[in-house]
Amino acid sequence: MNATDNMPATALIAEDEPLLAANLKAELRALWPALQVVASVAHGEAAVQQALALRPQLLFLDIRMPGMSGLEAAQAIAEDWPDDGSPLPALVFVTAYDEYALQAFEQAAVDYVLKPVQPARLAQTCARVQAVLKQRASAGGGAIDAALGQLRQLLGSGAPTAPAPAAAALTVIQAAVGSAIHLVPVAEVLYFEAADKYVRVVTLEREYLVRISLRELLPQIDLQRFWQVHRGTVVRSDAIATALRDEAGKITLTLRGHADRLTVSRLYAHLFKPM
Amino acid sequence: MPVPTDLPHNPAMPDTAPVHESFTAGGFARHGLIVLGFNTFIGIALAIGRGGDWRIQMVYAQCIGLSIWALMDFGRMAFHPDPETGWPRGWRRAVLQLGAVLGGYLLGSTLGDALFGRPLLDMWRGSPRMLLSYLLMCLAVSAGISFYFHARNQDQLRLRQLAAAQRDIAEHRLKLLESQLEPHMLFNTLANLRVLIALDPPRAQQMLDQLIAFLRATLSGSRAALHPLSAEFARVADYLELMKVRMGDRLQTELDLPDGLGTQAVPPLLLQPLVENAIKHGLEPHVDGGRLVVSARRDGDALVLSVRDTGAGLSATPADGTHFGLSQVRQRLATLHGEAASLSLQAATDADGGTLATVRLPWSPT
Repeated sequence: MNATDNMPATALIAEDEPLLAANLKAELRALWPALQVVASVAHGEAAVQQALALRPQLLFLDIRMPGMSGLEAAQAIAEDWPDDGSPLPALVFVTAYDEYALQAFEQAAVDYVLKPVQPARLAQTCARVQAVLKQRASAGGGAIDAALGQLRQLLGSGAPTAPAPAAAALTVIQAAVGSAIHLVPVAEVLYFEAADKYVRVVTLEREYLVRISLRELLPQIDLQRFWQVHRGTVVRSDAIATALRDEAGKITLTLRGHADRLTVSRLYAHLFKPM
Repeated sequence: MPVPTDLPHNPAMPDTAPVHESFTAGGFARHGLIVLGFNTFIGIALAIGRGGDWRIQMVYAQCIGLSIWALMDFGRMAFHPDPETGWPRGWRRAVLQLGAVLGGYLLGSTLGDALFGRPLLDMWRGSPRMLLSYLLMCLAVSAGISFYFHARNQDQLRLRQLAAAQRDIAEHRLKLLESQLEPHMLFNTLANLRVLIALDPPRAQQMLDQLIAFLRATLSGSRAALHPLSAEFARVADYLELMKVRMGDRLQTELDLPDGLGTQAVPPLLLQPLVENAIKHGLEPHVDGGRLVVSARRDGDALVLSVRDTGAGLSATPADGTHFGLSQVRQRLATLHGEAASLSLQAATDADGGTLATVRLPWSPT
């Protein structure tokens, strides 16, 4: 334990239970006096907004929060983090009880602390995070890839957010249009796009709005055929014509027979590489 | 605890293979060995009764007995056996048995003739009375043996069903306990308690008392059949106080128990799953939280209990929910009152939105 290592750093705490947030802040103050908590927020959306605005080096994210979960917030932050070379924040998840998530964290080598937070355990976490931050300071650019890799693995494992056990794959989408129900074969869908609590279903001919969240829809889609390329976009792989990489490294997809262009987030950029 | 006594008969029990277990090599071998033993007895009995060379009697007894067994035991497969007992039913069984005895007798005696180098079908040329007596004996013995096999299968089936029923009950109990002692709730409550101990000891003590009352009610409440409505409201209040420490201002509560209703008897913790659902699916996912109102009123011959939240509403309830809480409440009501009690879940109709759960129970005049 090198809790005496007084390395200055900035952190954000996202925890919906006020007492626990205050306590985590107090424990951190005792263990790591030079750590400055720049914001303490009570839900996922606020965490994303504040993290992008304040750019802390470290995020403590509660897993179960109202609205957006801690993991969804981490994904959004990683996807929307600006492309100016500043490293992604180190992640520490906070959870009361979630065996599956714990396994996923261990596999992805992502730090987590269990509630009730034990000072000794938190000290270990702080020491590890300090080591990571130091390594990043010396390594430079490679660090963002390592952080993305962890997050990719965590999201790929699916466990912490997946709301349902994988249901049978959908073959037809039932979309309400006025008083009629249109049956849209999933095989004809070009892409799905999240739109708040709805999903836009885009085909060659037209698009539909379906009253389901992308989070609920995902487990019902064959993810061999459909690729997630952004937290809000799932595209049929054989409908993709080209993947264009611009100077900044951003990837844009063009589709066969359709003018829409889709942005690939950095979390999914690894899907597109020449054979 | 409402342990279901009338467990639904489930033909798709995972341990009941579509093909009966007696249709395995081991099953056939076991039957064959038992038949071999019976044949030996019959052979000895014949040798004593009829005299002559005992070895010949023994060989005929084995040939005929094993032939009948083979036709019957393997023949079962062609006669639509009941998947649970492994035997055909009704006329099919009679046809199988009669056919196997006649065919087996013919086959076995021919086999014996061939073994001893006698002219084939030697026995069939003897006196018809003798033949008939042999056939009847075979029929009686084979009916006895197959009845024995059948009874054994029935016993095993019953044992298996009993084991499955016991497993179902144990699973149900565990699920009930898990739903009441949700680990996420428990650990978060303990985390808050840990903080309060240093920060505000009197409040920590109060919270600990509420947690103790909640745990006691959860662990023992399942055993008592009924308790007064006032006790039910007190338990709900304990739970809500615990949740308030966790959720802070996001949770506002209101408990309305009019005078004269507190003595009504209700199943313990009947409202608990409804309150938990209202928080878990209604208020907790809602960034701004909301209000939870638990109330009781008399409506003629009915006691009406309602749990209402101003949260996310019914459409936000995850479609993948097991509805364990709701089905558990329904089951308890049905066990106690049959058709006279009900639970309904609907969208709240006023401007605040959210969900309204209503329980109707018969008014007890005591």
